[in-house]
Amino acid sequence: MQKSALSRYIGLIPSSVMIGAFFVIPFVLILLTSVSTPTDDGGYATGFDLQHFERFLTWFYIERALFSAGLCALIAVLSLLIAYPFTYFLTTFPPRTQTFWLIYILAQLSLSEVLIAFSWQILLSRTAGVANILVWFGVIEKSFAMTPSAGAVVAALVYLTVPFSVLLLFPALSRLDKSLIEASRTLGASPLRTFFTVIIPVTRPAIISGGVTVFVLTLGAIIVPQVLGKPEHWTLSVLITDQAIFNFNMPFASALAVVLLVLSATVIWLVTKFSGKKA
Amino acid sequence: MPGLSIENVTKKFGTVTAVKDVNLQFNTGEMICFLGPSGCGKTTLLRMIAGLDEPTQGTIRFEDQDLTGVPVHQRNIGMVFQSFALFPHLNVGENISYAMRIRGHSRSECEDRARQLLDMVHLPGLEDRKISQLSGGQRQRVAIARALALNPQVFLLDEPMSALDANLREVMQIELRKLQQELGITTVVVTHDQTEAMTMADQIVVMGKAQVLQTGTPMEIYKTPVDKFVAGFIGTSNLLPAKMSGPDSVHVNGAALNVGGNTGHFAQGDDVLLMTRPEEVFVHHPSDVDVANSVTGTVTFVRDIGATIEILVDCAGHEVISVLTPKDWPNVKVGDQVHVEMPAAACSVLAV
Repeated sequence: MQKSALSRYIGLIPSSVMIGAFFVIPFVLILLTSVSTPTDDGGYATGFDLQHFERFLTWFYIERALFSAGLCALIAVLSLLIAYPFTYFLTTFPPRTQTFWLIYILAQLSLSEVLIAFSWQILLSRTAGVANILVWFGVIEKSFAMTPSAGAVVAALVYLTVPFSVLLLFPALSRLDKSLIEASRTLGASPLRTFFTVIIPVTRPAIISGGVTVFVLTLGAIIVPQVLGKPEHWTLSVLITDQAIFNFNMPFASALAVVLLVLSATVIWLVTKFSGKKA
Repeated sequence: MPGLSIENVTKKFGTVTAVKDVNLQFNTGEMICFLGPSGCGKTTLLRMIAGLDEPTQGTIRFEDQDLTGVPVHQRNIGMVFQSFALFPHLNVGENISYAMRIRGHSRSECEDRARQLLDMVHLPGLEDRKISQLSGGQRQRVAIARALALNPQVFLLDEPMSALDANLREVMQIELRKLQQELGITTVVVTHDQTEAMTMADQIVVMGKAQVLQTGTPMEIYKTPVDKFVAGFIGTSNLLPAKMSGPDSVHVNGAALNVGGNTGHFAQGDDVLLMTRPEEVFVHHPSDVDVANSVTGTVTFVRDIGATIEILVDCAGHEVISVLTPKDWPNVKVGDQVHVEMPAAACSVLAV
């Protein structure tokens, strides 16, 4: 008995070591740094000082946190709005077509955030951007730069997250029992009505997990807001980078990181709590 | 009154013909079973009545109304799916009143109707249950109630018993038939189970290879199958190769048998099959002489299950089954050379 219990845990050792070494220990270090006390030479030492969290509690940072949450929620919604109909129609195509598109979308994931950010910068620029096409068609008179702007940040982040949404929605939508749709139709519901009263509610768990994933993913984006946005479009993650790399203020960066973690954990908790009730 | 009619209906999926030139006509209030092996086109035909598939050619009518081309949701039909297709995100009551909610009925009307329908299918008080908490039999009843919520003109069921175990199947067949008769609703059931069709149907449509092979009451089909496929599909049948030897007689293994008038359009000398049903075939002890209308054979198996006794007889390489009641027991054992009597009235002559 003892042996078998032991051998059961042996399999857990590699993953435990990895999680411990790369997730738990660094997080503890961040926590310790965030409450560290400053030293006379400008560095910091282990201690317990909440001044960095107090600094977060100024309107500037609270506003940034709310902005970050709002932006990420907006991206999650937009990303799902684009990905859901696409994925739904994709599942109605023959398997070969589905495979082709899924491979194509998976390939999209290999593009890094950096690459995407700079590509959009060119795409939205005055000299080489889409504005020139509008001029060519005579829609506008003179080309202009569409970046940096909030729209540019949103467009690039949606572009970045749509493949994730598609891949997260695909299993649920392809497993959706087609007879549910037919049953709804025989009960007098039009195709559109069926979409809203059956297809969406039945796939709700996938929509929610997709939304949460996109939200968290966007919360961690640092390049796109910097490259395509003005400082007022910077998210908490950008500010953390800023504090850590350019201001060498590790304790404050750590405190912001802890806040960011709490923020995303709260959102995930709220979403799962309120979606779990009905599903 | 003429009810459901299917006129020259053909359905092709690409190059495959699923249903080929089907013509059927039924009266309002009848229970119809489409019976056939899988892939015979029976489900496709049902789906065309529902509007889930459109015929490539032909017309489907109900009474004086042409249904062809009418979208599914505008046809007044109720359908029970093979998997029941209950909505997992709605509870039992909400599933049943779904159609009413779509039509904009008030909450209280929906709840009243759901309660009434649950009483009808003998599941009172289950409206707040989740679908995942129901047993297979309960799911089927809920699916039936849901399909009947708007009093449809036509009630369609696609293999409704296939998800149930054998005992429950029999109970539900009888219950469904009673319910259908009570409501007087034109009903079409798709099944591959002949017992199910025999139990429930006013009219059976036997299908095979995308075509209708025979239409008739269960007894007509059982007594006078049109060919060996139908004979084999409905009940158990004994088929012996024979040759027409006169207007009402055949030769089987050298024995002459009177077959009554059931000779169809065959001429003398034609090769035919002599079909009999096991319960109409009698086995006589080897010592019996001068058994009229009989062939000889060797007993290969005796299965006594109390109420009936089955005797398997090998007649020159062809198996004949006789199902007897104990009072007709000829006291034979395996290996005996017996006389198998096939009374003229029990014989049908079919094409080879």
